[in-house]
Amino acid sequence: MSAVLPGHGHADDHGHGHDDHHHGPPAGYFMRWVMTTNHKDIGTLYLWFSFTMFLTGGVLALTLRAELFQPGLQIVNPEVFNQLTTMHGIIMVFGAIMPAFVGFANWMIPMQIGAPDMAFARMNNWSFWLLIPAASLLIISFFVPGGATAAGWTLYAPLSTQMGMGMDLAIFALHIMGASSIMGSINIVTTILNMRAPGMTLMKMPMFCWTWLITAYLLIAVMPVLAGAITMVLTDRHFGTSFFNAAGGGDPVMYQHIFWFFGHPEVYIMILPAFGIISHVVPAFARKPLFGYSSMVYATSSIAILSFIVWAHHMFTTGIPAAGQLFFMYATMLIAIPTGVKVFNWIATMWKGSMTFETPMLFAVGFIFVFTMGGFTGLILAVTPIDIQLQDTYYVVAHFHYVLVAGSLFAMFAGVYFWLPKWTGHMYDEGLGKLHFWASVIFFNITFFPMHFLGLAGMPRRVPDYATQFADFNAIASVGAFGFGLSQLIFLAVILKCIKGGAKAGDNPWEGAQGLEWTLASPPPYHSFVTAPEVK
Amino acid sequence: MKPFPNLSTFVSPAVNTKDICVIFFIYEVMMFAGNHVKHAVSRGAARFALAASGLLTAPLAFAQKTVDMQGGPAVRQLNLHAPATKIAADIYDLHTGMLIVCTLIFIAVFGAMFYSIYAHRKSKGHKAEQFHESLAVEIAWTVIPTIIVILMAAFATKTVLAMKDTSNADITIKATGYQWKWGYDYLKGEGEGISFVSNRSTPKEQIDGTAPKGENYMLEVDNEVVVPVNKKVRVILTAQDVIHAWMIPSFGVKQDAIPGFIRDVHFTSLKIGKFRGQCAELCGKEHGFMPIVVNVVSDADYTKWVAEEKKKLAAKQDDPNKVWTADELKVRGEKVYAANCVACHQATGKGVPPAFPPLEGAKMVNGPKDNQIAILLNGRQGSAMAAFKQLSDVELAAVITYTRTAWGNKGEMPSVAELKAARAWDAAKMTQLAAKQP
Repeated sequence: MSAVLPGHGHADDHGHGHDDHHHGPPAGYFMRWVMTTNHKDIGTLYLWFSFTMFLTGGVLALTLRAELFQPGLQIVNPEVFNQLTTMHGIIMVFGAIMPAFVGFANWMIPMQIGAPDMAFARMNNWSFWLLIPAASLLIISFFVPGGATAAGWTLYAPLSTQMGMGMDLAIFALHIMGASSIMGSINIVTTILNMRAPGMTLMKMPMFCWTWLITAYLLIAVMPVLAGAITMVLTDRHFGTSFFNAAGGGDPVMYQHIFWFFGHPEVYIMILPAFGIISHVVPAFARKPLFGYSSMVYATSSIAILSFIVWAHHMFTTGIPAAGQLFFMYATMLIAIPTGVKVFNWIATMWKGSMTFETPMLFAVGFIFVFTMGGFTGLILAVTPIDIQLQDTYYVVAHFHYVLVAGSLFAMFAGVYFWLPKWTGHMYDEGLGKLHFWASVIFFNITFFPMHFLGLAGMPRRVPDYATQFADFNAIASVGAFGFGLSQLIFLAVILKCIKGGAKAGDNPWEGAQGLEWTLASPPPYHSFVTAPEVK
Repeated sequence: MKPFPNLSTFVSPAVNTKDICVIFFIYEVMMFAGNHVKHAVSRGAARFALAASGLLTAPLAFAQKTVDMQGGPAVRQLNLHAPATKIAADIYDLHTGMLIVCTLIFIAVFGAMFYSIYAHRKSKGHKAEQFHESLAVEIAWTVIPTIIVILMAAFATKTVLAMKDTSNADITIKATGYQWKWGYDYLKGEGEGISFVSNRSTPKEQIDGTAPKGENYMLEVDNEVVVPVNKKVRVILTAQDVIHAWMIPSFGVKQDAIPGFIRDVHFTSLKIGKFRGQCAELCGKEHGFMPIVVNVVSDADYTKWVAEEKKKLAAKQDDPNKVWTADELKVRGEKVYAANCVACHQATGKGVPPAFPPLEGAKMVNGPKDNQIAILLNGRQGSAMAAFKQLSDVELAAVITYTRTAWGNKGEMPSVAELKAARAWDAAKMTQLAAKQP
């Protein structure tokens, strides 16, 4: 998503004296993109990669919605249906949302803390290029005997030990993506802790850096746990171990404990950087400083710590003892408190500001409004007896799409529109941006709101066919899904148009935007800050 | 009261003669084209064409009326099922309470936000104030939500404990999840000893759209679980192969069935009638086709049902002195195969490789019979193949005979006596092993 074309990056005269240092991207397409160690180029690669994966996962989802448009089996058979649900989840979580946030981190962290680049520039290249073989394995797995894994994105044993070769490919893909995430996280932690501009204490650091610092620690903590779980599945499958096989002394439920010990922090890995983006966009368009900066930092940290002690709320129906159910219910309820604090702080930031509603702000307000609905359904699901009634129904599907699509994805859209003028040097098409917002938010709700009703009425998730009484809401959801999918092409059009040209953005196109990134030229010079700025 | 027109009249696959002609024509065209492409691809495409043509012509066709399902979902149901047990009623109330509290908070919070969006905008000339901190406010909006969420959890605590209390049950039933059906054994209380397997009874034609869908489409079974009203029923759950989940929304019951482990739940239905649910944990390709139906009857009807079941059970027992011929075993074996094996190995014997290997021409059914006997009795470690020792010697001999003669297979055939001997040898071995344990 960059228009920093070769030989163009340092062409503007923004006060950066040219000396004999290497200041531009290497010549040649291959050297420029494949060998790059530049944080902005790598950020661009990450963002394009994740957008490609987003469209791929989206096509899988639309196939599911086409099958579910009416009762009966029409388009895919049940095996393929399960493969599609599974791969939709894996691709969206590991291929789209996580790499997209790493892309944002690459682009923004050095510019926000006044650094020239990321700490480990070569490892940065490696952590991106690992994603390509991983994604290829996932796509190839559709074409091996038995097809892609169909055990759900959670890959629960012993169903996952029953799968064909596609399961092994998925395990390897996740291993590689995990390695990539850990490298990315080490890089981010090191950069933030060591390369801040003089005077920028931790408590003066931009919120996006704070949320990513905490996210990176979460990733380092839990990605090895996932790797362990899926390695055990691998050895159960091929080397005669019985970690999850009761007949050999193992326990299928242990897989779920290990998986969700990774899986719940993973949920926050996918939302904390989104909180960071929103904490930049809202103050900029309210023309008012972020309300309660320090309480935002504490709230983010609390969410991260709590995320390690709530995992079994995904497992209330496995039959954990009453004491366990009560502990995990109370602990889960507590997460609502720091999350609530964040929402209150954003609204207090808007309060008595001087607001305008350009596309980034629209997405930010849309995020706060719709994400909070997902937060409320999360609170309802935290109540064990209600959860037992709604576990594995469409209510859960509605809940996590409200927090992941309206949460993570909308925040990323806000971030892209907010920083796109910085990245490309051009203003994007405001009219198309607004159209993208309204189409997304309306179709999103048409798709996912009826799923609450389906779940309450008892329709299970991951089924290719359903009772005819569920037909109408499913039809509405399918129509919404196609509308939502097509709306994303508007986004692609805006991006391409903005890269090609548009009104000059200037250093800071937003009246209220604060932060070091806005002191740089648009697009920024090849090595963002050659001399560290002084922060008071 | 219909708040908006019934959309299902447009989207349900309503089939009449005109549709069938159109669909048949398209299907023929697809099949013709299919000579040059892989069969599976053309079938998928034909299905798509079928669906598309159904959609286009559906509004012209007569409407297929969808009605509420008894004990299952209502048409466009918006809320939880009408509760049939005390616990389901508690869950219903908890949910309603949570929804009201959440809605009030939602209105308060977003009322403030939208007021601010309306009033504090630049286009209305509002000047930004620069305040950005208030310890008092931060404390207030930390403490008040803490109190609210703790209260929410506290209200639910009693129900959590009630759901876990499976003591003093009148009837205990074991439910076993198989890929892809449920097996039931009445273990304790009136009806003890009754045992049956419960399969989906919705016909394939309704699923494929070649026959109109019935009122209980997808949530109907051949053998329902029958229980008496107002009696505490404890359901013990386990599974044979992968994790399944047993749920009846009207009872507020959902519990995973875990292979190799035992879990339990309970319900006391206060209402007579049928209550429906389905498997709620992804368990493989037929996961969506594993319904559960509980038929709650009066005490008198229950006693009558138990007597009938016992009679049927006695009639089903094979005469232990009967000598079975190979042909008799083959005929019997086909039925056993259809009830136990067909989901994985398929009626064609071609399986669904690689998870479910083919039997047609396989070494297993053409080579020495002892291997096959051992695998049927004990299952195969590390594969989806479960043990089938719950079948009788006659049934096992029959199904082995069938698989060794069907689809052009030519394997040696076992006798009932050999099965009996193998089972006895297995049992002796187990006793020996058990004795060796310190």
